[in-house]
Amino acid sequence: MLDIKNLHASVEGTEILHGVNLKVGKGEVHAIMGPNGSGKSTLAQVLAGHPAYEVTEGTVALAGADLLDMSPEERAQAGVFMAFQYPVEIRGITNAYFLRAAVNAVRKARGEPEYDTIDFLDVLDEKLKVIGWEDTFLTRAVNEGFSGGEKKRNEIIQMAVLEPKLAILDETDSGLDIDALKLVAEAVNTLRAPDRSMVIVTHYQRLLNYITPDYVHVLHNGRIVRSGGKELAHELEAKGYDWLRQEAAVAG
Amino acid sequence: MTGIEAHVAKPYELGWETDIESEKAPVGLNEDIIRLISAKKEEPEWMLEWRLKAYRHWLTMTEPTWPNVKYPPIDYQAIHYYAAPKQDKKPTSLEEVDPKLLATFAKLGIPLTEQKRLTGVAVDAVFDSVSVATTFKGKLKEAGVIFLPFSEAVREHPDLVRKYLGSVVPTTDNFFAALNSAVFTDGSFVFVPKGVKCPMELSTYFRINATSTGQFERTLIIAEEGASVSYLEGCSAPMRDENQLHAAVVELVALDDASIKYSTVQNWYPGDEEGKGGIYNFVTKRGACRGRNSKISWTQVETGSSITWKYPSCILQGDNSVGEFYSVAVTNNRQQADTGTKMIHIGKNTKSTIVSKGISAGRSQNTYRGQVKIMKSAEGARNYSQCDSMLIGDQCGAHTFPYIDVRNSSAVMEHEASTSKIGEDQIFYCQARGIKAEDAVSMIVAGFCKEVFRELPMEFAVEAQNLLAVNLEGSVG
Ligand SMILES: Nc1ncnc2c1ncn2[C@@H]1O[C@H](COP(=O)(O)OP(=O)(O)OP(=O)(O)O)[C@@H](O)[C@H]1O
Ligand SMILES: [Mg+2]
Repeated sequence: MLDIKNLHASVEGTEILHGVNLKVGKGEVHAIMGPNGSGKSTLAQVLAGHPAYEVTEGTVALAGADLLDMSPEERAQAGVFMAFQYPVEIRGITNAYFLRAAVNAVRKARGEPEYDTIDFLDVLDEKLKVIGWEDTFLTRAVNEGFSGGEKKRNEIIQMAVLEPKLAILDETDSGLDIDALKLVAEAVNTLRAPDRSMVIVTHYQRLLNYITPDYVHVLHNGRIVRSGGKELAHELEAKGYDWLRQEAAVAG
Repeated sequence: MTGIEAHVAKPYELGWETDIESEKAPVGLNEDIIRLISAKKEEPEWMLEWRLKAYRHWLTMTEPTWPNVKYPPIDYQAIHYYAAPKQDKKPTSLEEVDPKLLATFAKLGIPLTEQKRLTGVAVDAVFDSVSVATTFKGKLKEAGVIFLPFSEAVREHPDLVRKYLGSVVPTTDNFFAALNSAVFTDGSFVFVPKGVKCPMELSTYFRINATSTGQFERTLIIAEEGASVSYLEGCSAPMRDENQLHAAVVELVALDDASIKYSTVQNWYPGDEEGKGGIYNFVTKRGACRGRNSKISWTQVETGSSITWKYPSCILQGDNSVGEFYSVAVTNNRQQADTGTKMIHIGKNTKSTIVSKGISAGRSQNTYRGQVKIMKSAEGARNYSQCDSMLIGDQCGAHTFPYIDVRNSSAVMEHEASTSKIGEDQIFYCQARGIKAEDAVSMIVAGFCKEVFRELPMEFAVEAQNLLAVNLEGSVG
């Protein structure tokens, strides 16, 4: 599904990613962990196509297509979804309107008919039912005045509605209280599907207790320094990152 | 152009010209020209005298320099003050109107013919210096509402016109109001008698077509005791290298318990990217809430004109009267806007609301200038003002000049202001959900203007929103 090879990316002239290699198969869930500032969000943003990040080397293929050659909206239309670590507020535009604009943009790009307001409400209803959530956010402006946790939940609503092929969740668990974490994790689990791959960036084992990853990777200093199964997350929880740093230094 | 700016500049869509022979007054301005205009309009003597008096006063005045706009001196002798499509005889019905004119308005989205015209909206269509047609006159008459081209009203309802004309904006008010009073040509006259709720929306569409002409619109709306009316004006002009002057005066009068809602969607030609050409839109709009519990509400969406200079205002004279001003002003490229409002509180418990949204892109300058004055007599007055500016790119300017003058200590004043920038992050967020950058900009701007758009009559809200999207296209990046 996703094939990242030797990816180098910089921001404002400073290289942050120094050659990332990562393969995510169809339907697989990969967790990416790593210390603050190691480049996790950078990787997520690069995949989503944020213009501030410049790819200087390497390739990224999405189902065989050159992802780096696509504009951010084309990536979304091709099925890439990133849940932002810091979701953005859009004043005066309701969530319902925003979701419809997004869904219709994607449908239009795929040559499918767009939904009108009425039809879309039914569609929304159906999709929210999948994750079992109420639609209390729909009439509020996108993320405006939302608490940190509400913003994160709102990202999951968008994911549920947009039904991506590749979902990248950037620290969707941080800022959530214990109950909300469980809700979000359950929602993500119901959205797991054989044709949907996920890359979950997180600092905590807690989330992975609910969402069992197929693979766990550690990103450190812009490189993946360790990959393993779900046990790796437990190991990190117990030992922290220092031992990896030392290994990396020895290897480095 | 940075990324954001690249999404805010689509060509002006109404910049075409109607190929029609026009009859113009000789170029320049003097008393003979005024006599000629008055004669063309078959005006009574008092109207001519009124004009001449205004003209003589105008000669003693100088153009204001305080607005935050820059333009080369206007040569008032280089303008034609009257231009009308040539016709053998005055049309007495729609069938006799030159089909080219009907086609012009149809192309502008204002079909005037019986079968096609907008339902629920009566239209007065003004082409250069004359009204071409006014729809639903009969139906309105049944309800007791007078809706006529101004020139016709002067002839048919001289007493009403005489009673109210200049009573809100005196001929001596300011340089452009004095000029307008001397040379005004057409506009609309609305009279809603006691107790009548106007059964439909009224609207006037102004089209400038002839070259080297000015358009001097005059509009007067009166709502008697307990009457109410909603009125909308729209406008556009061809794309030309020259600057053309549009100097209008609009007067509103609301008596006891009356309410007037006045909406504007202004889309004059804004000039090209380098600021060449475009309309100078120098306008005086003022409403008098004369009666108790009366209400006047201004809503404007200003997207066109190379220069805009206008302050739709309310004089809140009647006790408990209410004044409102909702404004969206968009400037792009080299456009300049200096716009805002004045709320003068005289009566007790008068209330005013000001919501201003300024959006600047390109190398434009956008100024909000507002005054709230609470007179000594205005016990218990309240004002709420909100001025938000949005910048697109970093070469434009947004300026805010709120003047507050409170002479009664019981006044409650609230003021909020904000300046924001459409950020790359906001646009990227939308893009990451599949929405194109241009559409993202329109959406973000529409959200920013929401409080104003929802004040517009339903039929026009969508149009205004689309207009905004067109005007801003190309400015984001
Ligand atoms: N737009 C930017 N401008 C300047 N520096 C940036 C930018 N984005 C990221 N960086 C820098 O790149 C490095 C990696 O940041 P990134 O946000 O990818 O880390 P992270 O692994 O997601 O960290 P965290 O766990 O704290 O979220 C940091 O040093 C950060 O300061
Ligand atoms: Mg991060």
